[in-house]
Amino acid sequence: MSRPRTEAEYLARLVPPSVAGLNRRSLLAGAAGAGALLGTGLLAGCGDSDSDSGAGSKVVSVGSNQSDPKPKDVTAKVMDGFKTSSGITVNINTVDHNTFQENINNYLQGKPDDVFTWFAGYRMRFFAGKGLAGDASDVWSKLSGYSDAFKKASTGDDGKQYFVPASYYPWAVFYRKSVWQQHGYQVPKTLDDLNTLGTQMKKDGLIPIAFGDKDGWPAMGTFDILNLRINGYQFHIDLMAGKEAWTSDKVKKVFDTWAGLLPLHQPDALGRTWQEAAQSLQQKKSGMYLLGLFVGQQFNNDEQDDLDFFTFPEVDSTIGAKALDAPIDGYMMARKPKSEANAKKLLEYLGSKDAANITVKNDPSTLVANTSADTSGYTALQKKAAELVGSATEIAQFLDRDTRPDFASTVMIPAIQQFIKDPKDISGLLTSIENQKKSIFTS
Amino acid sequence: MSTATLTGEAPADTPAARRRPLRPARVVLHLFLGTVAVGWLFPILWAVLTSLRSYEYTASNGYVSLGGWTFDNYLTAWRTAEFGKHFLNSLYITVPAVLLTLFLASCVAFVIARFSWKLNIALLGLFTAANLLPQQALLIPLFRMFTQIPLPAWMSDSELLYDSYWGLILVNVAFQCGFCVFVLSNYMKALPHELYEAAMVDGASVWRQYWQVTMPLCRPALAALATLEVTWIYNEFFWATVLMRTGDKFPVTSSLNNLRGEFFTDNNLVSAGSVLVAIPTLVIFFLLQKQFVRGLTLGASKG
Amino acid sequence: MSDLPLIQADRAVPPPAATTTTRGRGRRLRLLSRTDRVVITLMVLVPLLLVVGLVWLPAAATVLLSGTDWDGIGSLGEIDWVGLRNYDDVVNIYPPFVPAVQNNLLWLAALFVVATPFGMFLAVLLDKELRGSRFYQTALYLPVVLSLALIGFVWQLIYSRDQGLLNAVLGGQTDWYGDPHVNIWAVLVAAGWRHVGYIMLLYLAGLKGVDPSLREAAAVDGSSEISTFFRVVFPVMRPINIIVLVVTVIESLRAFDLVWVVNKGRNGLELLSALVTQNVVGEASRIGFGSALATIMLVVSLVFITLYLFTVMREDRR
Repeated sequence: MSRPRTEAEYLARLVPPSVAGLNRRSLLAGAAGAGALLGTGLLAGCGDSDSDSGAGSKVVSVGSNQSDPKPKDVTAKVMDGFKTSSGITVNINTVDHNTFQENINNYLQGKPDDVFTWFAGYRMRFFAGKGLAGDASDVWSKLSGYSDAFKKASTGDDGKQYFVPASYYPWAVFYRKSVWQQHGYQVPKTLDDLNTLGTQMKKDGLIPIAFGDKDGWPAMGTFDILNLRINGYQFHIDLMAGKEAWTSDKVKKVFDTWAGLLPLHQPDALGRTWQEAAQSLQQKKSGMYLLGLFVGQQFNNDEQDDLDFFTFPEVDSTIGAKALDAPIDGYMMARKPKSEANAKKLLEYLGSKDAANITVKNDPSTLVANTSADTSGYTALQKKAAELVGSATEIAQFLDRDTRPDFASTVMIPAIQQFIKDPKDISGLLTSIENQKKSIFTS
Repeated sequence: MSTATLTGEAPADTPAARRRPLRPARVVLHLFLGTVAVGWLFPILWAVLTSLRSYEYTASNGYVSLGGWTFDNYLTAWRTAEFGKHFLNSLYITVPAVLLTLFLASCVAFVIARFSWKLNIALLGLFTAANLLPQQALLIPLFRMFTQIPLPAWMSDSELLYDSYWGLILVNVAFQCGFCVFVLSNYMKALPHELYEAAMVDGASVWRQYWQVTMPLCRPALAALATLEVTWIYNEFFWATVLMRTGDKFPVTSSLNNLRGEFFTDNNLVSAGSVLVAIPTLVIFFLLQKQFVRGLTLGASKG
Repeated sequence: MSDLPLIQADRAVPPPAATTTTRGRGRRLRLLSRTDRVVITLMVLVPLLLVVGLVWLPAAATVLLSGTDWDGIGSLGEIDWVGLRNYDDVVNIYPPFVPAVQNNLLWLAALFVVATPFGMFLAVLLDKELRGSRFYQTALYLPVVLSLALIGFVWQLIYSRDQGLLNAVLGGQTDWYGDPHVNIWAVLVAAGWRHVGYIMLLYLAGLKGVDPSLREAAAVDGSSEISTFFRVVFPVMRPINIIVLVVTVIESLRAFDLVWVVNKGRNGLELLSALVTQNVVGEASRIGFGSALATIMLVVSLVFITLYLFTVMREDRR
C-alpha cells in the first residue's frame, strides 16, 4: 500500500471502509466530520493480502482451530508429513477453536493464512460465494478416496470445490451397554418403541434421556434429527435455507413430537451443560443421550468399551431412519494465498490417504473422511460410527452449519430454549421465528 | 443502609479510645468484617480447591465431595496454554498501555481542572462518555480501520495496525482514558488553587505546574487508578482476540481459551489456569496497595 | 474546624471560593506564554485525537451502519440502506429486546440500592484504623481482579443444578442458571459480589483523604459517629459520591461479562450489551441489526452522561 500523499488522503484512510464505501454517499453527508474525510475512494478494497507474492518460496501458512492438545499434536504431525514429502515448511497458527470460529469473518477479510481449517455446509458455500475462499477444484481432480456425499459437501453454489474434508463425526443416541444389559433394554426401532423404552426406564429409576442446553447448541441436534425423521432431508435443508415456512404444519409436527418426548428428557435442561448431562449418563443415572461422538470425551478410558449407540429411531416409515447429522471438518484455501501453488500442494496432501493415516494412527477419537485410509486402528465404536455414516442416505451438517449463522445463533437458540422452557405455545413461537427469518433472509 | 445504623453505632469511639485493644464494639466490628471477608473469599477458595483435584474424580463424584487431590492441573495448564510466552505478551501490552493511559488522562484532567474554559464540560463529556460506549458495537468499524493503517515492518511483522501490539495498546488506551480523565479531573479540581498561584509567582511553566505540583499530589489517585487499570487491561481479552490473528501473540487471558476444548472442557484445568493468570494482578494489587496507603498517609500527615 | 489545612481535605471547595478562582483562572489564561499554550494544546489534542479516532469515529460509523443491512463481509458496494427497518425489527419482532431492557434496569436498581451502598458502608468501616484492614480490603477486592473464566467457573460450582454447592447444602433442586425467573437474581448476586469490592476501594480512597480534624471537631461537638458521617463526611465526599454513582450507572449499562460466561445472555439473562455482541461479534455478523441495538444503548448512555454534565455545569455556575 502506498504512502498517503496528502493529509486528506491520510485522513481518508482512517475512515473505516465500511463507512467510506457505503453505497449511498449521501447517507454520510450529514455525518459530523465524516463528510470531509470521504474525498478519495481508494478504500474500496480492503485487506490486500497479496502484497508480497511468495512464488517459489518454500513456506506455507495454516490457520488452525485445532487447539485441543490431541488434535493440535496430530495437526503438527500431519504438517510434518507434508514437509517430508514436499520439502515445504508449514507455519501453523493455532487459535483456540471458539475464538477462531467467532472471528472467521474478520479473519478472512484481514490477512488470512494460506490454508485454514473450516467446516462443510452453508457457511463454507457462503464464503465461497462471497469470494473469501480460493477455488480448490484442481486439487479435487487429484484427490481420491472420497464418496460423492463428501464431494457434494465440498462444493460451492457455483459447482466448484472449495473445501477438502478431513474428518467427521455422527450424532446418535448413546448409552452404556452395562446399564442396558442389566435391565434387558432393546434398541428402539420406532418412535413408539422409544416411548415405551423411556417409560420403562422411568420405572427403573433412570432418567430416560439425558439433556443439557445451557450453551444453546446441543438441543439443535434434537431438532435436526426429529425434522429429518418426520419431514425428510430435503425439507430440512430447504427449511434451513429459508425456503420453507416455519409456520407450516410440518414444522409444527416436529415441535409437537418433541413436546411429547420432553417428559422423557432430563428436566431443567437450560441450566445444564452437555458435560453435566453426559456425566449423568456416565454415572448410570440416565439411560441414553442424543449427542455427537465427542460424548466419549466425558468418559474415562476404562469406560470407553462400555459406550455404544444407535441412530435415532424411525418416526415415519415413508421417510425411514437413514439420514443423520454428521458434521465434516476440513480445510479451505484463502482467496489470495501468498503462494497458491504451495497452498494447493498442501491441500492435496491434506486430502490424501497418507495424511488420513497419520490422523488415524495418532488420534483415536476422530473418523477420517478419506475412505482409502487404513482404518484398522479404529476402535469398535469408531468402526460402528463409520458404518453408520457410510450407510446414511443423506448427511446433514448440523443446524448451525446448515443455515445462516445469524439465524442460527440469534433466532434459533433463543427460540429452542423458549420451547424447552414452555413447550405449550408452539404456534406463537413458530410465528416469531418466521417473522425473524423473513427479516434475516431477505436482507 | 439499615445495617449501617446497626453496626455503625458500635465503633463510635473517640480517637483516644482507638488504642484500647479489646472493646466489645471492636470485636463486633471484626466479627462482621471477618464474616463478610470469608463470605467473599469462599467462592474463590473453593475454586482453588477444585483446581487441585482431578477431573476424573470430580466428574464421577460431583464437586461436593473430597478426594482426587493432585497438582497436575497446574502443570498441564502451564504447558497446554503455553503460559510462559503469553505472560510476556501480556506484559508488552499492559505496561505501556497503563502508563500511557495514566499520562494522557492526567494531561487532559489537568487542563480541565486547572483552566476554566467553556470547552471543559464538552471535553469531559467526550472522554467520559467514550468510556460508556459498548465496545463490542465498535468492533467492525475499528477492525476495518486497523486493516487499513500501515505500520513499518520494524514495528509489527503484520505491517498493519491489525495484528500488532501497537494497535492493542492504542485501543486499550482510548477506551480507558475516559474513566481516568473523569476520576483525575475530579481529584485535581479539589486541589487548592493557591498552589498554582504560588507556582505562578515562582514563574513555573504550565508543564512544571502539571509535572511538579499537580502530579505528586495525585499519587494516591494515580495509584488507585493504576491498580484498576492494570487489572482491566490485563484481563481484557476481547480486543486481543478480534484485532489479532496470530495465536502466538495473544495475551495470557486470551490464551486461557486454549484450555477450553472444542466440545469437552476440563473445568478443573481451566480453574488452575485462571488461578495462574490471576497471580500477576494480585501481585500488582499488593504492591500498589502499599504505595496507595503510603500516598494517603503522606498527604494526611502534612496537615 | 480548620479551614483548609490539608490538601486532600477540601474536596468540596466552598462555593464563594470557587467563583473567585473561576474568574481568576479566566484572567490568567490570557497571560499564558506561547510555549504554555502549545503545551496545553498538545496535552489536550493528543489524547483527544486518540479517543475521537478510536472511539467516536467508530461510534459514528456504528450509528450509520444501523441504517443498513450489512453483513460485515466484503465490499461496500453491497451495502444497502434500509432506513429504520432495523429499529422496527428490534422493537417489534425481536423477542429478547424487551427482557434485555428490563434486565438492564433491574441491574441498575440492584447495584444502586444494594451493592453500591454496601460497598460504601464497608469502606466506611475499613476507614477506621483497624488491624487486619488490608486483609479485609484484599478479600473484598479479589473478585474484581480475577479473570472472567475463573469467575464464570466459580459461580458454576455454586449454582450448578446437579452438582452445585447451593443445591447440595439446601437439598433443593432449584435450577439456578436455567430457570429464567431465578437466574437473573443468581447472576445479580455474583455481579454484586464483584461490584462491592470495586466501590469499596474507590470510596475508601476518597475517605482516606478526608481531614480527620473534621471528624474530631464533630466528635467534640458531641455528635454521634453516624450523624458525623452524614452531616460532615458525606457532604465533603461529594466528588467521590458522584464518581461512585457514575461508576454504578456505567457498570449496569455495560454489564456483560457475567451473563456472557453463564449462557451468552439468553434465556432470562438478556442484556443489551449481550444482544449487541450476539449480533455483531462472532459468526452471526448482523452488523446492521446489531448496530441498531448498539445505537439504542448509545442513546441511553448519552442520556445519563448529559444528566451528569448538566449537574456539573449547574454546579459551576453557582
